[in-house]
Amino acid sequence: MDFIANLPPHFFRIPIALTLVISLVFINALIMVYLERKIAGHMQFRLGPMEVGWHGLLQTAIDAVKLMSKQLIVPDKAHTRLFRIAPLLAFTPAVLPFAVMPFAPNLQAVDINIGVIFIIAMASLNVMAIFVAGWASNNKYALLGAMRSVSQNIAYEIPVLLSLLSAVFVVGSFSLGDIVGYQGKIWLFIVQPLAFLIYFVSSVAETNRAPFDLPEAESELTAGFHTEYSGMAFALFFLGEYTEMFVVSSIATAVFLGGWHGFPLPFFEYSSVVWFLLKTYFLMFLMIWFRWTFPRVRFDQLLNFSWKYLIPFSLVNLLITAVVVKL
Amino acid sequence: MKKYFGELFTGAKSLIEGMIITIKAFFSPVVTVQYPREKNIIPDAYRGHVVMVLNEKTGEHKCIACGTCERACPSNCFKILTEKKEGEKKKTLTAFYLDFTKCSLCGICVESCPVGAIEYSNEYNLAGFTKEEFHYDLLKCLKETSC
Ligand code: SF4
Ligand code: SF4
Repeated sequence: MDFIANLPPHFFRIPIALTLVISLVFINALIMVYLERKIAGHMQFRLGPMEVGWHGLLQTAIDAVKLMSKQLIVPDKAHTRLFRIAPLLAFTPAVLPFAVMPFAPNLQAVDINIGVIFIIAMASLNVMAIFVAGWASNNKYALLGAMRSVSQNIAYEIPVLLSLLSAVFVVGSFSLGDIVGYQGKIWLFIVQPLAFLIYFVSSVAETNRAPFDLPEAESELTAGFHTEYSGMAFALFFLGEYTEMFVVSSIATAVFLGGWHGFPLPFFEYSSVVWFLLKTYFLMFLMIWFRWTFPRVRFDQLLNFSWKYLIPFSLVNLLITAVVVKL
Repeated sequence: MKKYFGELFTGAKSLIEGMIITIKAFFSPVVTVQYPREKNIIPDAYRGHVVMVLNEKTGEHKCIACGTCERACPSNCFKILTEKKEGEKKKTLTAFYLDFTKCSLCGICVESCPVGAIEYSNEYNLAGFTKEEFHYDLLKCLKETSC
């Protein structure tokens, strides 16, 4: 027993946290895919899935079973090993940011002092997965999609970093726990509205979702970087995309929308988690709303928007923030 | 500089307008009809295949077996079988065949009938594996109220 008692607390904390996180990832994907279809349906005067389960509730679960039962086809001239690694690469970094996410005052696996940087680093690994997938597929559409993804992510990583940096300047810490703690008085969204806007727009681009879904533009590139993927490998990319949505929305919640702060709800003890999830899902609803409203941008428009508008604006914002904080 | 901010402003405005349209659509009623469970209301003017009209008073068809419709039909869809019974002046109808595979729903038969014995149905759920499934005996249809 002594042996167990002497183990550092992280020894238990991290496996438990990871188990919870992975179940959260799967449940989130199930919910989001269902919501996406339903919301898309209603925005087009349709009903969305209705047949499997009550109002189609089980549709996503059934689809997941279908994907699992499908054969994993590796194209003849593809680079087999890279081709197989790419979906895992897409999925793993998407899960890791949850380790530092402050869901509630006591619900955070680890509060490392460079939380924001850690999340950004992990989120940008996703690009590598896309590039590996596109390269290994040995398919012109996949390669074009991957190339687009890389240039898009370089263009949009910068505004994300700069806008988060403005928030970090105000708080004076990279730790997500500190950033949320700071917002007890006033949400950073009110102090830094421009940074929030820039962050949110660029993070939609980071997740490769419409209107910035050029890497998988189906009308031009069949399915872009995952053209050659089938079955569970495709499902992992899909899962990665929805997890990434959750990650960027929860960063936005933690950094700009006050994290778990909110007036106590009837479920007093859990109200902070409820607040966090409510805000996060609201942001994800916004993303779905964007997707079913805006047409896809052209590639030059995409890059122009980032280099001509988002980056200059976030730089100016950062400069002003720095001056104000210093004064 | 003016163009730079102008583009930003008009762009943002158009995006917000678009979002207002979709959110309105989101909260408006759906137009989907869940077909096998729900059915559309068929308008009165709908032209389904021809059926015989039931005479409310006698509970019989109104056809006088004159054969006008048979002759009027441009596609020769009808085949009318009649019989003259002993001691009766008029012919009686024994079978009224319609080959719906040839019908163009032109309506000449309905127009030409002197007593208004036939009309369009509003039957649209038609599917079959053989041509013969669309050869109806309208007289039987009237009695069994099915086809
Ligand atoms: S609708 Fe025209 S084609 Fe059809 S049975 Fe009547 S007359 Fe013939
Ligand atoms: S349906 Fe009308 S036109 Fe045709 S045989 Fe009967 S009465 Fe004559």
